Amino acid sequence: MRLNPGPGIAPRLIIGIGNPSRGDDAIGPLAIERLEALALPDVELLTDFQLQVEHALDLVGRREVVFIDAAASGAAPFSFEPAAPAADASATSHALSPAAVLQAFLRVTDEPLPPAFVLAVRGYEFELGAPMSAAAARNLDAALEMLVSRLTD
Amino acid sequence: MSFELETAANPAGLQRVVIEPVSRVEGHGKVSILLDDDDQVKQVRLHIVEFRGFEKFIQGRPYWEIPVMVQRLCGICPVSHHLAAAKALDQVVGVDHLTPTADKIRRLMHYGQILQSHALHFFHLSSPDLLFGFDSEVAKRNIVGVAAEFPEIARQGVLLRRFGQEVIRVTAGKRVHGTGAIPGGVNKAVTREERDVLLKDIYQIIGWCRSAVALAKRLHLANAGLYNSFGAFRSNLLSLVGPRGALDLYHGTLRARDSAGEIIFDGVDYSRYWEYLTEEVKPWSYMKFPYIRELGAEEGWYKVGPLARVQNCDFIPTPFADAERREFVDFGGGLPVHATLAYHWARMIELLFSAEAIKDLLHDDDILGDELVVEGEHRERGVGVIEAPRGTLIHHYRVNEDDVVVRANLIVSTTHNNQAMNESIRHVAKRYLNGRKLTEGLLNHIEVAIRAFDPCLSCATHALGRMPLRIELFDAEGACIDTLVKDSHERCG
Repeated sequence: MRLNPGPGIAPRLIIGIGNPSRGDDAIGPLAIERLEALALPDVELLTDFQLQVEHALDLVGRREVVFIDAAASGAAPFSFEPAAPAADASATSHALSPAAVLQAFLRVTDEPLPPAFVLAVRGYEFELGAPMSAAAARNLDAALEMLVSRLTD
Repeated sequence: MSFELETAANPAGLQRVVIEPVSRVEGHGKVSILLDDDDQVKQVRLHIVEFRGFEKFIQGRPYWEIPVMVQRLCGICPVSHHLAAAKALDQVVGVDHLTPTADKIRRLMHYGQILQSHALHFFHLSSPDLLFGFDSEVAKRNIVGVAAEFPEIARQGVLLRRFGQEVIRVTAGKRVHGTGAIPGGVNKAVTREERDVLLKDIYQIIGWCRSAVALAKRLHLANAGLYNSFGAFRSNLLSLVGPRGALDLYHGTLRARDSAGEIIFDGVDYSRYWEYLTEEVKPWSYMKFPYIRELGAEEGWYKVGPLARVQNCDFIPTPFADAERREFVDFGGGLPVHATLAYHWARMIELLFSAEAIKDLLHDDDILGDELVVEGEHRERGVGVIEAPRGTLIHHYRVNEDDVVVRANLIVSTTHNNQAMNESIRHVAKRYLNGRKLTEGLLNHIEVAIRAFDPCLSCATHALGRMPLRIELFDAEGACIDTLVKDSHERCG
């Protein structure tokens, strides 16, 4: 198997993380769903329940990567920060942090690391079967407004 | 009933150590250990601290939504829930036999999931302990450390994951949230182009899987004294087996053996599993304790998963994996191997089996067929059982005349192994912690034993900021005197 992607790979990758049936954890997949409707050029959209080592391979050949996830604490409505590779505690888990995925990228590929950002949208409720809270939905609106404006500038 | 070290005679006044949550174990697990003033272990318990509400989540929905909805129960093994639900709902729509195309597409999907799950566990979650030692430097004991010293192993682990994911994408329609299996069949076949892409890599994948078995075996044999005794306990074994006793992770009948390898029951139609298996509730745990009904709770508990399956079957229907199975059985000298760390060796044999099974299915033109779904006369009840990566997974639904699920019962693999995991950590605590000053390395021994089972206590959310590992030490008065966090160290208060 090859590590490298085939030709025609989109320069920008946006990964939305979360479980659509766990309240505000749906922020990541819902963001992807709404971005899909916009059909933005040169952008590939990806969603998953959680990050794992193989997502490092999705980063190969990109010019920029954005991780969108719900944040159980921190700034509301969202924070948008550069992500740097780090071997944090999540490296020992079934679910990796964006920093650990970047670290895995450096370890398993010989490619230059693309600039990466984390769009952390504040969530509040994460129960199985719960709908997204109104406050989280407002936070997601604000976050997507910023992101779309950035992507289309 | 209570097992040795399950409940201390006089818990008041004992020191309490809590490991919460257990690292490299999915979901919210917690281990509590009670020590007396001489640091002797008096009580050890693995707790599941999150109530999952699976049944409530499912009840009230139309049955055809269930195979998609249940994937959201677990971000680690969504395909297993997807397929177990679809199998149960086959019965609800009155289908006892799928078309060859549907059966083989589902099998392909399942073996893709087994391949990627087993690869993640061995290469990324367990290899740091196995390659560096259980009490090696904590900063090194993770996949980054493995990648630094064994880059090819780390790389193969990633690529095996990716291949398994591609198999899932091709059969389920998407990498995640797939809809491939539906009641009575599947909604898509594999195209010739998709098959050819997978075929191009499968022989390389099989080669890596053979190397992985060799590595797991070498690690076990190189330190057989430790590997044979670490957290080892004798128990019954339970799994599905296929026709003529073949290893079959997708479908079969239930077989149970006792700790000496003698058959307890065999050829049991799983649609009446409750006549053979039941569960005990304990006040200190949300997770139930299943056991074989005829043997009772004290004698009837069992282990599931790779170590049970590889020894419960009579043969593996693929050549390389069966040769490895025979070597494994020979290692046991005619008796079942009960070493907790032998789960890793057995898991790699299943990894190889999955790769070989994928190869055979890719060469079978039935997967390109167009007869995807069959229908029958609706029934009100359905049971689906599958051998998920971690062990036997049971889905049981009752559907009313409006096609709505009114009752659901799920027994997940990790629940089957509940007593087994508790036994294993009690053995480890007694052997390694008694009378010693606790260190991170010693506490990691407890985690090593739990990780061998690859439990998925799941299906927790993974929002940012929700993944710490905390180990708390309490004094005899119950005051927290120290807290270790996986990547930092802080004092209480």
